[in-house]
Amino acid sequence: MEMLWFWLVSVMVAIYVVMDGFDFGAGILHLVVAKTNEERRQVLGAIGPLWDGNEVWLLAGGGSLFLAFPKVLAAGFSGFYLAMWLVVWCLMLRGISIEFRSHVQDGLWRHFWDSTFAASSVLLPVLLGAALGNVLRGVPLDATGYFGMSLWTDFRTGAHPGILDWYTVLIGVFALATVAAHGALFLAWKTGGPVHDRSKALALKLWGLVLALWIVASYATSVVNPGIFQNLPKAPLAWVATLLFLAGLALVFVGIKRERFLLAFLGSGAFIIGILAASAACVYPVMLKSTLDPAFDLTALNASVGGYGLRMGLVWWLIGFPIALGYIAFLFRFHRGKVKAAAEGDGY
Amino acid sequence: MGDPLFWHRLQFGFTITYHYLFPQLTMGLALVIVVLKALGLKTGEARYNDAARFWIRIFGINFAVGVVTGIPMEFQFGTNWAKFSHYSGGIIGQTLGMEGLFAFFLESSFLGMLIWGEKKLSPKGHFGAALALWIGSWLSGYFIIATNAFMQHPVGYTVAGDGTLQLASFWAFLLNPWAIAQYAHNMVAAVVTGSFVVAAIGAFWALKGIHPEQAKLNLRVGTVMGLIFSVLVAFPTGDIQGKLVAKHQPITLAAMEGRFESGPRAGLTLLGQPNVAERKIDNPIQVPAVLSFIAYGTFSSNVKGLLEFPEDQWPQNIELLYYSFHIMAGLGTIMIGVMGLAAFLLWRGRLDGNRPMLWVLMLVFPFPYIATTAGWAVAEFGRQPWLIYGLFRTAQGGSPTVHAGQTAFTTLGFAGIFVVLSTLFLYLIGREIAHGPSSHTA
Ligand code: HDD
Ligand code: HEM
Ligand code: HEM
Repeated sequence: MEMLWFWLVSVMVAIYVVMDGFDFGAGILHLVVAKTNEERRQVLGAIGPLWDGNEVWLLAGGGSLFLAFPKVLAAGFSGFYLAMWLVVWCLMLRGISIEFRSHVQDGLWRHFWDSTFAASSVLLPVLLGAALGNVLRGVPLDATGYFGMSLWTDFRTGAHPGILDWYTVLIGVFALATVAAHGALFLAWKTGGPVHDRSKALALKLWGLVLALWIVASYATSVVNPGIFQNLPKAPLAWVATLLFLAGLALVFVGIKRERFLLAFLGSGAFIIGILAASAACVYPVMLKSTLDPAFDLTALNASVGGYGLRMGLVWWLIGFPIALGYIAFLFRFHRGKVKAAAEGDGY
Repeated sequence: MGDPLFWHRLQFGFTITYHYLFPQLTMGLALVIVVLKALGLKTGEARYNDAARFWIRIFGINFAVGVVTGIPMEFQFGTNWAKFSHYSGGIIGQTLGMEGLFAFFLESSFLGMLIWGEKKLSPKGHFGAALALWIGSWLSGYFIIATNAFMQHPVGYTVAGDGTLQLASFWAFLLNPWAIAQYAHNMVAAVVTGSFVVAAIGAFWALKGIHPEQAKLNLRVGTVMGLIFSVLVAFPTGDIQGKLVAKHQPITLAAMEGRFESGPRAGLTLLGQPNVAERKIDNPIQVPAVLSFIAYGTFSSNVKGLLEFPEDQWPQNIELLYYSFHIMAGLGTIMIGVMGLAAFLLWRGRLDGNRPMLWVLMLVFPFPYIATTAGWAVAEFGRQPWLIYGLFRTAQGGSPTVHAGQTAFTTLGFAGIFVVLSTLFLYLIGREIAHGPSSHTA
């Protein structure tokens, strides 16, 4: 049951990254791919009806972590205190940027929100990627089961690193490039005209960058946490996941080449899910690794709540999860086809 | 102020009080919009859809601010209340998780359709979107209230070997009698907020002499719903809440009433200032025996005073608790009076021309906001010194590795964001009101 919940939480997090990832990507790129007001509204129109639902995956995933592994949530969120608040502030800023921009027809007003939208969309994947980096590298959990970390110390890894060190920043940049590339494919799929053309041109370059960063990041991970790759042969799931992300990567390039952008977008989704699943399979059952002593690791086994709660949780999860997927399918169907900028006073 | 707990409490209280200013209107308006859309469908008259369109735009802005202020709430459990989260996550994580899966997805998926989809959807489809938003926001209210109710009155749990709480009965927890009573009272209060806002806008337009048809319509809907729900908020729902507090949190009741001595035929204090140092109420105006009746159903019941309980179990902020309760109940009474009068004038067909009454309706719309905020202060200060009543003290709940300077930093950061958010919110709402209802579909 603990293992099952470990995977349920991982699945929700992976879906979150894929879903909010493309609207982060749209935010990162929109200043570049959309130049005029009309074009910006085209980008916003593409993600406007979706972004809040995408973000709910974070809340629902967090809720699942809370109910199954409260100790991990407690230690992780309080240990990363300031970084968490930076995430919260960026999420807030991003939300109002999207929602408030088109309410007022004024150049300055709109320029302001365009900038905050771009800035928060850049910062968030860097921060969330760095959080993933921290999980892979380990944190100074001690015998109390808690840790406290500065935002940065001397940017070196080791027993007492900062939340940001060279490794986590690298993972953050990798995450930034990945969601930007993912978002470029989304825009290439959902828009027409100049926005489409620019996104298409960018997508190929960005995916080249992702590929390069992926190699660097994998090597860096093996340096920082050699144990991860030692687990690889023992984890069949990791093999499946590796196949998935390699296949995804191939689809991305095939899709771009053949101008089949939905295909490429699905490929980049598979790439993200695969890479996260491979990481999860390699660290399982550790959820938060201690840099001080493996005895202090928080694992799916020692941090989970009792079986009854997990069983009841599973019952409603199995009901709620398909419903949530159903809403998404419905939404994408409702908004199918290429997005055009709405008339002034209407839409995002 | 060097105590991190002080900042955790200040931050949580501040952020949630702020957050809740928005959902209460969301939940109240969601019902108003359903009513308007239903009337529109039934009568086929355009004016109902015009009114709904206006309120949907207000709803959209309000909802956006509700969403962005809700995000930090979710995070604070882990960041600021780590010990509490670890202790009780196996239980309250259930409702918080369900809220995401069952309520937030529903709301976020249909919001866009409600706001921007009128042209694209059939009238029935648009009504369906309104219905989905209403159900979603009211479900979200239930899950969060069930979470809070567990903290007020824990049921359905056992204590595990490591001292943390575990779920023992899912249904006992989910259908906590406290949650049901609290939900009923709270949701009715949200509709009161919604109706007062609707009536206030109607009154504003009537006084300005603009949009006469819409002014009339909003006045009618706001006043009728306002009267019904103002009565419901006091009776039976407020009354049930009071009885539950009397039964399960007698210390809280004593503090709410500023009652130090025990005794039968307890009087209800209408006015007076609690003097905690001297353990008495100054300048009291009391109605004899009524408190006994309200709390326990007979005039002769004994109502315990604070002195009967050990002082380390008293709520720490007795003055605030006392005033919050009296403000809520006092405003509740005034609100019934105002809406009663307005409904009477409406019935006689004299509301639209009665300028003094219109002025009153326009100006009283903050009352439900104040009463609601005060009500939550009663619930939350009254729960002290416990975080989970009788089980876990607030002093045990904070994050062990977060220090006061960090929490002060994030609290002040919020203060800044909230100033900006409030300004933007008021500006955008002001524009919508100035723009008024429009008869073309957006
Ligand atoms: C329009 C707002 C409003 C009005 C007019 C009232 N209330 Fe209220 N009250 C609330 C809005 C509210 C609330 C904000 O919704 C609370 C906070 C927690 C809750 O569930 O509801 C609340 C809480 C609350 C509590 C605290 C429960 C606890 O400790 O958990 C009691 C005892 C009452 N109410 C009783 C009353 C009575 C006897 C009223 C008589 C007029 C009344 N309320 C009017
Ligand atoms: C909108 C409604 C609410 C308002 C206005 C409100 C208000 C407050 C206030 C003023 C405090 C500080 C009390 C003190 O420290 O003396 C507080 C504390 C707290 N509340 Fe609420 N609250 C609300 C709803 C909730 C809900 C729904 C939950 C749970 C799901 C909750 C959980 C907490 C927690 C965990 C604390 C911190 C611990 C404590 O001080 O007891 N609150 N709230
Ligand atoms: C600790 C307490 C609370 C937490 C953690 C919390 C969390 C949240 C979050 C994350 C959202 C945004 C959802 C989205 O992205 O769509 C939200 C919105 C909402 N919340 Fe809260 N909330 C709390 C207190 C309350 C209370 C007390 C109520 C009402 C009884 C409430 C009712 C709502 C509603 C109806 C919404 C929908 C959007 C809106 O605000 O207009 N919340 N909340």
